[in-house]
Amino acid sequence: MNDNKLIDLQHITKKFGDTLVLDDLSLYIRENEFLTLLGPSGCGKTTTLRILGGFEHPDSGQVIFDGQDITDLPPHKRQLNTVFQKYALFPHMSIAENIAFGLKIKKKSKQYIQDKIRYALKLVNLDGFGDRMPDSLSGGQQQRIAIARAIVNEPKILLLDEPLGALDLKLRQDMQYELIRLKNELGITFVYVTHDQEEALTMSDTIVVMNQGYIQQVGSPEKIYNEPENAFVADFIGESNIIRSVFLEDRLVEILGAKFPCVDTGFGRNKEVDVVIRPEDIDLVSPEQGTLQGVVTSLIFKGVHYEMEVLAGGFEWLVHSTDLSAVGTKVGIHVDPFDIQIMNVPESEDEEAVNVEE
Amino acid sequence: MKNKKKAFLNQALLSGPYLLWMALFILIPLFIILYYGLTNRDGAFTLENILEITNPIYMKSLLLSLKLSLYSTVICLLLAYPLAMILRSLRLKNQSLIVMIFILPMWINFLLRTIAWLTILENNGILNSLLRLLGFEGLHIINTPAAIVVGMVYDFLPFMILPIYNSLAKIDNNLIAASRDLGANSLQTFRRIMLPLSLPGIISGITMVFIPSLTTFAISQILGGGKQNLIGNFIEQQFLLHYDWNAGSGLSLVLMVFILISMAFVAKFDKSREGTNLW
Repeated sequence: MNDNKLIDLQHITKKFGDTLVLDDLSLYIRENEFLTLLGPSGCGKTTTLRILGGFEHPDSGQVIFDGQDITDLPPHKRQLNTVFQKYALFPHMSIAENIAFGLKIKKKSKQYIQDKIRYALKLVNLDGFGDRMPDSLSGGQQQRIAIARAIVNEPKILLLDEPLGALDLKLRQDMQYELIRLKNELGITFVYVTHDQEEALTMSDTIVVMNQGYIQQVGSPEKIYNEPENAFVADFIGESNIIRSVFLEDRLVEILGAKFPCVDTGFGRNKEVDVVIRPEDIDLVSPEQGTLQGVVTSLIFKGVHYEMEVLAGGFEWLVHSTDLSAVGTKVGIHVDPFDIQIMNVPESEDEEAVNVEE
Repeated sequence: MKNKKKAFLNQALLSGPYLLWMALFILIPLFIILYYGLTNRDGAFTLENILEITNPIYMKSLLLSLKLSLYSTVICLLLAYPLAMILRSLRLKNQSLIVMIFILPMWINFLLRTIAWLTILENNGILNSLLRLLGFEGLHIINTPAAIVVGMVYDFLPFMILPIYNSLAKIDNNLIAASRDLGANSLQTFRRIMLPLSLPGIISGITMVFIPSLTTFAISQILGGGKQNLIGNFIEQQFLLHYDWNAGSGLSLVLMVFILISMAFVAKFDKSREGTNLW
């Protein structure tokens, strides 16, 4: 990845009827980046992708590609290719013909096309599938062909619109690794749209969290997960305890009446803030050792860990731990200072955490 | 085993009424036609009735029938395809309503519809009155092949629109987006994606217009005024005017060959049978 801005979206606004889908969105994508647009349905991520692909025209704003304004350029003249959500393989063409489609349009030589087909099929591990018809392939195989069909055109950017959405869990995980491998082998920029936060965390160099037409946060997966900028991001990415608290002074925050040391500075004095604590960052200790005292109210075995709810300070804390504490046990809650993430209280409703159930 | 037998019995029982119907009103009449077509008045085998077609009068009318059916099919296709494309792109909430508007004329009696065209096309009819009112000369359309083609197109157009619309409506928008994405312009997308994927609808539309056009005698009688005899008119006359069932059946068998050819045409292209759901 280098710092060249390959795509620069500037002040994009898009309305469908009366619904504002994108509101003054600005975002740049660097060369060789794996960038993921992440958010609940209706957040504007797919519209952003369709504007990149040329399938939607923004009401205002500009799309700059490699220094050139391509806002008005139709899709077939753009140097990028899309992998569609439901594969969109041409049902009346064989796999080889599907892959050859873009090359034939560009009037490449027969030999070139043959070589490309062979190369692409090998790349997606589907050697010898050229003569089959799309409907004889499984969902995962069709998705690989859709990717092969896009990459033979050597696009500078590959746009992927929830490409794994229709696959089952195991296959989805396999395909995630496959996509990372492809991206590294091809050395092109991937723009990936998903509502699946795990997928985004696994594959991306950069995650753009979106909600209601606004970008909520842009950053690396680690940064997004560990330092969410607002309650929406914290809530959407993984599970978390979000508690309204008081920032007493630098490195000290009062949560539910108890004083917790933290590492944040610069929020002022006695200021109301939101605190995010991930369930796996909470240590259950003996009551005397804990900063807050509580009692375990529920316990569920989740496989990798136990999920517990602890009532402490009038708040139901969600706790993940590999150590079991039985229901009714009196426990103390301890959180390491660097595991406490302080956020400003949202000023507008747009940043408010919304119901993110799909 | 027992269950299988039972299922088979059930199926036979359920399909019984239809099989009976088919036998009584389709198969048996077909064999009667075959019998009359291959025998003379005394019941002896002969090919004379079929060879009747070589009579220049019949030959001429068969060629006229083929020609006019071809014209009406082509015109229907040229009218229906763009319309079906527009219908598809409209993405109206109530598409079935739009489709119904095109089927609506079919609810009016076929003969009435055709007679309506008589009053429009005749020498002092609505069309010519309108033309004269605008200062043009009147056209002589009625009783010409053109009048018959107009009637055929009007009567059979819905049979072209519906299967084409059905096959076009099934095309996923993502396929079109994918084609554009892969570098194809609108024309290339039409030629490589839309057209091949709507081919079953086109083929079934063609047969559904071509066959009734080829066999019609009502349209040619009303709008042709007895001056343009199609093969259907001669067959009708053999049966109802000359009471020569043998000659009539012989000509019918010849016509049936053309129908079978067009059916084979459909079977070859429309493997998924998606275009024929109107039947």
